[in-house]
Amino acid sequence: MLGGMPDEPTTPVIEFRDVCFRVESTPVLSRVSLQVNRGETLVLLGRSGSGKTTTLKLVNRLVTPSSGEVRVNGISNAQVDVIHLRRGIGYVLQEAGLFPHFTVERNIGIVPHIEGWSAGRIRTRVQELLQLVGLSGEFASRYPHQLSGGQRQRVGVARALAADPEILLMDEPFGALDPLTRDELQREFLSLQQRLHKTVIFVTHDLREALRLGSRIALMEAGKLVTVLAPQEFLKSSDPWASAYVRAFGDGLETAANRGTS
Amino acid sequence: MNVVRFMLQNRTQVLELTSEHLWLVGLSTALAVLIGVPLGILISRRANLNKPVLASANIIQTIPSLALFGFLLPVPWLGARSERLAILALTLYALLPIIRNTFTGIRGVDPAVVEAGRGMGLTESQLLFQVQLPLAVSVILSGIRVAIVISVGLATIAAAIGAGGLGEFIFRGLAMVDNRVILAGAIPAAILALLADLGVGWLEGRLRPR
Repeated sequence: MLGGMPDEPTTPVIEFRDVCFRVESTPVLSRVSLQVNRGETLVLLGRSGSGKTTTLKLVNRLVTPSSGEVRVNGISNAQVDVIHLRRGIGYVLQEAGLFPHFTVERNIGIVPHIEGWSAGRIRTRVQELLQLVGLSGEFASRYPHQLSGGQRQRVGVARALAADPEILLMDEPFGALDPLTRDELQREFLSLQQRLHKTVIFVTHDLREALRLGSRIALMEAGKLVTVLAPQEFLKSSDPWASAYVRAFGDGLETAANRGTS
Repeated sequence: MNVVRFMLQNRTQVLELTSEHLWLVGLSTALAVLIGVPLGILISRRANLNKPVLASANIIQTIPSLALFGFLLPVPWLGARSERLAILALTLYALLPIIRNTFTGIRGVDPAVVEAGRGMGLTESQLLFQVQLPLAVSVILSGIRVAIVISVGLATIAAAIGAGGLGEFIFRGLAMVDNRVILAGAIPAAILALLADLGVGWLEGRLRPR
């Protein structure tokens, strides 16, 4: 569990305050300010190199800001123990980033294990999580290379949820999947999120996915945050970048946005 | 078949020299692993160190072995006992493949996997021991395998400075212009190299991550 702040509804779970990030002197992010509220799914949308993954990594301090600050539960990231911070944040990557030499059970149980849970408690938790992400218990003893892409991604989600973190960071988790599997996982993400109410930051370049999954969409371009809009607003937005995106994706976006909010 | 007869007649000495040879190779490889693996790990994390360390190991590798034995001879404590000297020289030669493979093995671990581990809150040492080393183990072992095979061959030269081992037969045979004697040293050395290669190869297969 993160931080010691009382549950004030006004405190955003994650807050970026005027964050800049430079590599050498090349700006990667400039002046990003953003708030993510409890239980919402904020989608970072943008093309490759727009800075969305960097923004995500600022939250679990895989990247530290050159200036400005990132706050989690009201406390600046610079002031907390980074290992403690990360263990309280679930992290899901494209291709899942599973440990190839560990079974599914050890993969899912890694954070509980290093946090010192008992073996029995870990086993129970792993079974519970497998069920939660729609896999049968037999998968526990398999290795990642024995799974399909969709199954690996489910395991990745289960692993991120293992220690019941309040926050989930998802970096294009469904990006490498075929359209059918992606659709299935998106649907399950929505139903999971209805039950768990995690605070989620979700990175994607797919507008359809953003409209479907996001409570709000933060559009990024060239290291800047262009605008933050709810899915329905995004479709009607007159912002040139937002409308360029909408044009590029063409018809049928309304239904995606409606499914997400229903 | 003359060779076989010669070896049988001198079997005590063949065995004795073989065990000396094993001792030279075994101890020097163990030392090289103890030094090389940590060094390989170190340079995989400190980018500024990898060039100088690998270059030094490379340079050592280019010194002709006979010359290296000769250079080390006047060193006080070492020169007093020729096995010490031989073991040091063999250790130095074994370093390069071990350091380089440890470095490449760790660098070769999928960065997404490392980043996932780091992002989930594994400490650097948990990452190293639970993720990077287990995934690099077969590459590291293949470096050790190369080191052993090189060492078995090089250790024959140690006889030139009186450190014993199967080289004794080879040098004696050369002096006597007697192929039987040369082969009595060369054949067991070749068998040792093959066995070591097979043994480490088997271990490599067992420990390879899936």
